[in-house]
Amino acid sequence: MKHSFLDRYSDRDSVIHRLDPRGKLVVTLAFIVAVVLTPFSSWLAYGLYFAVIAVLIALSRLPVSHFLKRSLVIIPFVLLMAVFIPFFKEGEVAGSYNLWLWQVSVTHSGLQVLWNIMAKAWLSILSLILLTSTASFTGILKGLEQLRMPKVIVMIMSFMYRYIFLLTDEVLRMKQARDSRNFGGGRKLWQIGTVGNMIGTLFIRSYERGERVYASMVARGFDGHSRTLERLCFSRRDALFIAVLGTALISIGLFNLIS
Amino acid sequence: MTEEIVTIKNLSFGYPDGQQALNDINLTIYRGESVALVGPNGAGKSTLILHFNGVLRSNGHIRLLGKPIDDKNLKWVRSKVGLVFQNPDDQLFSPTVFDDVAFGPINMGYSDDEVHQAVTKALEMVGMAGFEKRSPHHLSIGEKKRIAIATVLSMSPEILVIDEPSSNLDPRGKWELIWVLESLPVTRVIVSHDLELVEALCQRVIILDRGQVAADGAAKDILADKELLAKHGLAMAEQG
Repeated sequence: MKHSFLDRYSDRDSVIHRLDPRGKLVVTLAFIVAVVLTPFSSWLAYGLYFAVIAVLIALSRLPVSHFLKRSLVIIPFVLLMAVFIPFFKEGEVAGSYNLWLWQVSVTHSGLQVLWNIMAKAWLSILSLILLTSTASFTGILKGLEQLRMPKVIVMIMSFMYRYIFLLTDEVLRMKQARDSRNFGGGRKLWQIGTVGNMIGTLFIRSYERGERVYASMVARGFDGHSRTLERLCFSRRDALFIAVLGTALISIGLFNLIS
Repeated sequence: MTEEIVTIKNLSFGYPDGQQALNDINLTIYRGESVALVGPNGAGKSTLILHFNGVLRSNGHIRLLGKPIDDKNLKWVRSKVGLVFQNPDDQLFSPTVFDDVAFGPINMGYSDDEVHQAVTKALEMVGMAGFEKRSPHHLSIGEKKRIAIATVLSMSPEILVIDEPSSNLDPRGKWELIWVLESLPVTRVIVSHDLELVEALCQRVIILDRGQVAADGAAKDILADKELLAKHGLAMAEQG
């Protein structure tokens, strides 16, 4: 069993950990929007955004390696989407190559777009890692709910958080059961059929579990409305946090406009 | 005469696929009793207990504390009948233990203070005080079972109905659970085919087989009747 993979380190203590999850959610969202809206050429702005996130990471007193490792996850996805841009973007040619029948050329502006996308994705994922490593998943859910996120979505996410590990365990058990009856490896093609069956079984089991969970909710008076206690309290520290970060983001944006 | 908590008269129930699960059931549970509902797999035990709190309803007359169960009083019914399901992973669906134990009280419309009190009290009753912030996923099966019981105790039910409390537990976990159940001051119906647990906890035993009540009597008489138990698949027949 993997323990709290999603919100590892969230039970530690630091200035950032102690902040209200709503404040952190709003600031994270604002940070991502600001980063995404920054124009291509303003390298200085990217540097400043990085400085902001670096300060926050330092304040959170979490191992930097944790951030670096986790942030690598995003690279393959972004690369897959963006790797062809340098070849298609029009503009001044930086280099051209002959590949058998085709002549491909890479443009300067294309490369710039690629780097920009990478930088934006990396900065955004860093801020999200900071959020999930300094606020517990339940805290984030509570925050989302109080920020008027539709309750259905909050409930779906909370069920996901509760049952995703059970599902993983179930898959592992099914895999062990399969492997212990699978003599000598077998042909690859035949295995695909087995995997298909496993996915089907997993779906049916989850569906049936859903019915049982619903029965146990109904048995405790559930009538389709999710109710929760209000437990978060927004302090002066949180207001200060939002104010400081908000000012920082706005001034970077303004600075960008002027220069 | 003691007060009747649940009264069932002429209850029959068939599932939509045509399988007849219950056939003319008559029984009464009195206040303060500890009743075991035993029977082989597929006897209709789980179907029967789903009728106790109105999740399933059919032609029969089920009265809870003298009142018939209908659409209007479902909420009241569910606060009075605490149903604990067999698999604690189905019962515990919230991210934290607190949220799960508080789920019933919040749905019942308790105030914030009442919810906190109910949760603390319920967790103390099952010996799990201080577990509020933990995630159910990180608990052992025995701990999960106890929390599952706390999730219905927090609604202060009149009757506690528990499906297979000892399944998947090792002997130590089972005996710990038995002591917890023994200490709870509520009327209990325990569905099980673990006769050791039944003997330790129940004064009265009802045997259910093929949707019918096959026997209903004092635990010591029924548990001593090896022939009756063997007939309903609850013990091996004597050899020779």
